[in-house]
Amino acid sequence: MAIKAKHQRLVLLVIALVVLVAAGLLAAWALRNQASYFYVPSEIVANPPRPDRAVRLGGMVEKGSLKTEPDGVTIAFVVQDGKARVPVMFRGIVPSLFVEGSGVVAEGRLGADGTFVADNLLAKHDENYVPREMRDMTSQQARQVVAETK
Amino acid sequence: MIAELGLAALWLAAALAALQLVAGALGLTARGAALGGAVRPVAAVQGLLALVAFLCLIQVFAVTDLSVKLVALNSHSMKPLVFKIAGAWGNHEGSMLLWVTVMGMAGGFVALIEKRLPEPTMLATLAGQAFVSLGFYAFLLIASNPFERLSPVPAEGNGLNPLLQDLGLAFHPPTLYLGYVGLSIAFSFAIGALVTREVGPAFARAMRPWVLGAWIFLTVGITAGSYWAYYELGWGGWWFWDPVENASLMPWLAATALLHSASVLASRNALRAWTMMLGVVAFSMSMIGTFLVRSGILTSVHAFAVDPERGTFILALLAINIGGALTLFALRASTVTEGERFALVSREGALVFNNVMLSAILGIVLFGTLYPLVAEAMGAKVSVGPPYFNPMSALFALPMLVVLAIGPLLRWRRDKFARIGKALVIPAMLAAAAGIGLVAMGGAGMGGVALLPLLGLMLAAGLAWASVLPLRDRNLRRTPLPVWGMVTAHFGIAVALFGMSCESAFSIEKLVAVRIGEVTEIGPWGVKLDTVEPVAGPNWTALEARLLVRYGVDGKAVRMLPQSRSFWTPPQQTSESALLTRWNGQLYTVLGGEADDGRWQLRLWWKPFVPLIWIGGLLVALGGVLALAGRVAADVRRIVARDKIAYRRERQGR
Amino acid sequence: MNEKRRSFRWATWLPLALFLGFFVLVLVGLLRPADRTVASALVGKPMPAFNLPPALPGRPGLDSKVLANGKPHLVNIFASWCVPCRVEAPQLAALARAGVPIEGISVRDTTENLQRFLAENGDPFQRVGADDDGRVQLALGSSGVPETYVIDGKGVIVYQHIGEIRPEHLDLLLGKLKEAGE
Repeated sequence: MAIKAKHQRLVLLVIALVVLVAAGLLAAWALRNQASYFYVPSEIVANPPRPDRAVRLGGMVEKGSLKTEPDGVTIAFVVQDGKARVPVMFRGIVPSLFVEGSGVVAEGRLGADGTFVADNLLAKHDENYVPREMRDMTSQQARQVVAETK
Repeated sequence: MIAELGLAALWLAAALAALQLVAGALGLTARGAALGGAVRPVAAVQGLLALVAFLCLIQVFAVTDLSVKLVALNSHSMKPLVFKIAGAWGNHEGSMLLWVTVMGMAGGFVALIEKRLPEPTMLATLAGQAFVSLGFYAFLLIASNPFERLSPVPAEGNGLNPLLQDLGLAFHPPTLYLGYVGLSIAFSFAIGALVTREVGPAFARAMRPWVLGAWIFLTVGITAGSYWAYYELGWGGWWFWDPVENASLMPWLAATALLHSASVLASRNALRAWTMMLGVVAFSMSMIGTFLVRSGILTSVHAFAVDPERGTFILALLAINIGGALTLFALRASTVTEGERFALVSREGALVFNNVMLSAILGIVLFGTLYPLVAEAMGAKVSVGPPYFNPMSALFALPMLVVLAIGPLLRWRRDKFARIGKALVIPAMLAAAAGIGLVAMGGAGMGGVALLPLLGLMLAAGLAWASVLPLRDRNLRRTPLPVWGMVTAHFGIAVALFGMSCESAFSIEKLVAVRIGEVTEIGPWGVKLDTVEPVAGPNWTALEARLLVRYGVDGKAVRMLPQSRSFWTPPQQTSESALLTRWNGQLYTVLGGEADDGRWQLRLWWKPFVPLIWIGGLLVALGGVLALAGRVAADVRRIVARDKIAYRRERQGR
Repeated sequence: MNEKRRSFRWATWLPLALFLGFFVLVLVGLLRPADRTVASALVGKPMPAFNLPPALPGRPGLDSKVLANGKPHLVNIFASWCVPCRVEAPQLAALARAGVPIEGISVRDTTENLQRFLAENGDPFQRVGADDDGRVQLALGSSGVPETYVIDGKGVIVYQHIGEIRPEHLDLLLGKLKEAGE
C-alpha cells in the first residue's frame, strides 16, 4: 500500500488518467452499440438493422393506413417515404398532432417479420420543437410522398 | 419608462463590470495598487444595478407592457400573474438577464463579506468575475436586448409555451440558475488563486461555502426538474437523459467532486491543482450546458427556439472564458507546489476515488450528450438514450457508492481497513440479505429483478445503515453541523437510490381502453372510469376524466382527475396526469384519446416507493444546508472572536 | 523528481486539449444547419396543383392555377400563431409596396385569429387560402412556418425561403423575383 511519497502526485495522476481513459473507451464502445440510428423507410428496407437494436424510423404516415386494434390502445399504420413502406405497430397514447399524412418519428425496433414495433412516437409537435431529423426529412421526402399519394 | 430604466441600469452595470476588471487587474500591479480599493464597492454596485435591471423586466412582464418586444412575444394579458412574472425568465433574453443578475449579485456579495483571502487573490478573483460577467453583458446588450421596444404595439401577446405554464417549471430555471451561476464564484476563486499562486486551506475554506450554496440550488433544481418531467410530460419516467437534464446534471457532478476535493484541501492541504481544475471545470460545465441548450445544437423536449447566431456568440464566450481559464491552469498548475501526502487507504484516498468516479460519470454523460453531434459530423444520425446512459453511469456510480459507505469512517492521512471492518459488518449483511431476499423472491416466481435495480437495492440497504455510522461514538449534541450535513446527504443518496431501484424493479404499467363505468385493475388498485367531461381554465379547455380508485378490495374510493388539455395561445395539447400518493408509492394516471367505439384510453402506472427518489434528493440538499449553516456559523463565530481579540488588544494598547 | 515534474506539466494541458476538441465539434455542428436549409428539392419543379378555400371573408382563396398567369408571384406560408411570421411582416409589406403580388397560405388557423393577426401586422396578401390540415403546406415540401416561395409566370418554383424573411433577405428575394420574371 505504501507508495513512495515522492511520486504520489504522479501515481494519482496516472490512476485518474487510466480510469478516465477507460471510461472514455467504454463510452465509445457502448455508444457504438447503444446509440439509436435514424432510418427512413427506404433505408430500413434496403439495409435492415438487427432485430434487437433500438432505432428510429421517420417518414410519412400513409393515408388510409391507420387502424386501431380491438383493444382500443394498439394502433397500426404504414410509414413511407415514397420509395418504401414499413408497417408500424404502436401501443400507447398517440401524440395529439399525429394524423395520417403527417410526418412522424417512431422510436422502437424492427421485428423479425418486418413490422416496426414502436415504443414511442414523436409527431411534429409545435413550431418550437421539431425532431431534428424531421426537419430534413419533410423537405426532402415530402415531395415524393405527395407525388405518390396524389 | 420602466424598460428604459432597466436598459440604462444594464448598461451602467456593464460599464461598472469593465471598471471592476480594469481596477482589479491594475490593483495587482505596484503602480495601480491605489485602484484596488475601488474594486469591492464597484462589484457591489454592479450587482445591485443588475438586480435593478432584472426587477424592471419583471415589472414590464407583470403589467404586460406589450410595447416591449420580449413581452409581446412571450406573454399574454390573459395569463395568471404568477406566470406573467415567470414569463420574464421563461425565454432566452430574460434568462440571460437572470444569469448576469445572479452573477453580479454573487460577485457583489463576495466582495462585501469575504475577508479571509489575501487582498491580491481577492482582486484577481473579482477581476475574473468581472471578466466573465462582461462577456455576458455584451451578449445581452448586443445580441439579445431584453428591453427592445416593438412598434407598432400589438394588441395582444403571443403567450407562453403551455408546457412551461406550470408552477414547478416557473421556479425551476431560476433555482438551477442560482446553482449554475453560483459556481462562477468557484471559477473566479480558482482564477484568482492561479494568478497569485495562493493555493491552500484558506483558499479552500473561502471557496467552500459558495460551492456548497451553488450545489444546494443545483440539487434542489435537478430534483424539482426531475419531478416536473415526471408529472408534466406524462410519460411516467423521472429521468430521460435529455440534453437539458444532462446540462444540469454535469455541473452537479463537477460541483459534487469539487465539494469533496475542497474539503480535502481545506482539512489536509492536499489535491491543490486538482481542486483548482475542478473549480474551473464546474462553472465551465454550467456554461457548456447552457450553450448546448440555448444554441439549439441539440434538440430536446425542453428546447428553446433555435438561433445559430446566438449560439455562435455564446460559443465565442465559452472559448474565451473556458479556453482562457484552462490555459491559465495549464501554465500555472505545474508550478503550484504539491500538497500534503497521504496513504491510499485514508479519508483522502476515498475522496480521491470519489472524485475520479464522479469525473468518469461526468465524462460519460458529456460524451453521450455530444455523441449525436460527433455522429452527425460523420454522416450518421443517432440519438443516445437510457440503454447507453443507465449501465455506463451505473458502472462508475456503484463502486463510488460502495466507497461512499466506507470513506467517511476512515481517518485522514493513513488508516487500516481492519479498524473499521467491524462497523461495516451490519451494512454488508443488510446488503446481502436484501440481495438474497430479492433473488429468492424472483426464484419463487414473483418476478425476477434485473441486475441493476438488484444491485441498487442491495447497495441502498447497506448504504442507509453505513451512512449514519459516522455518528456512532459521538456525542450527538456536540456533533458539528457539517458532520450532520454529510450524514444527511449520504443517507439521502441511499433513500434516492432505493426509490430509483424500486421504480425500475417493481413499477407496473397498464394501457387500456375502457368504457365509462368500467373497472380495470393495476397492481393492488382498482380503477373505475366514472365520467369524462369538458372543463375550462383561463387559457385552455380540457377533457377531464373522473376516476374512482380503490386500494385493495376494501379500500376507500378516491377521486383522480387526469386531463387532456388544449391551449390556444399558442395552440397545443398537453396531458395533465393525475397522481395519488400513498406511503408505499404512487398511482399515476393519464387520459388519452377517445377510441372510435366510445372507449377512452387510459395509461396507468403503479410505482412503489417512487416518491423516495425526490425525497432522497431533498435530503441530499438538506445535508448541504446543514453543512453550509455549520460552516457559516463557524465563520461568524471566528470573526466575532477575532474582533473581540482585536478590541481587547486595542484597549490594552491604550 | 524531474521526470515527475515533466509528466505533470503535459498533464495540465489535457483539460485544455479536451475543451478544444469540444469546441471544434460544436463549431462544426453549429455552422452546419445553415448550409442545410439552402437546397430544396422542389426548386425547378412546377407547383403542385391545389385549390384552397378562402381563409377570409371577401377575399379569394388560392388556386394554384392563378400562379401560372404569366407573372412571378410570392407565396407565403404563415399562421397567426407563428412568432417569426410577425417578424417578417414588415419585409412582406415592403415587398407588397414594391409591387410584388403576394399570395398567402394560412396553416391551421381560424378566421378570427387571422383577421386580428393581419390587423396588427399589416396585410400584404392578394389572396389567402386556408390550409386547415396543413396538407398543401406538406405538398409544397414546407416543414414549418413561415416559408416563402418564389414562383415564375409558368407556375414553376424558382426559390424556397425557409424561415422568416429578414431585412437582409429582401435583395435576394427581389433578385429571384426578377429572375423569375425573365
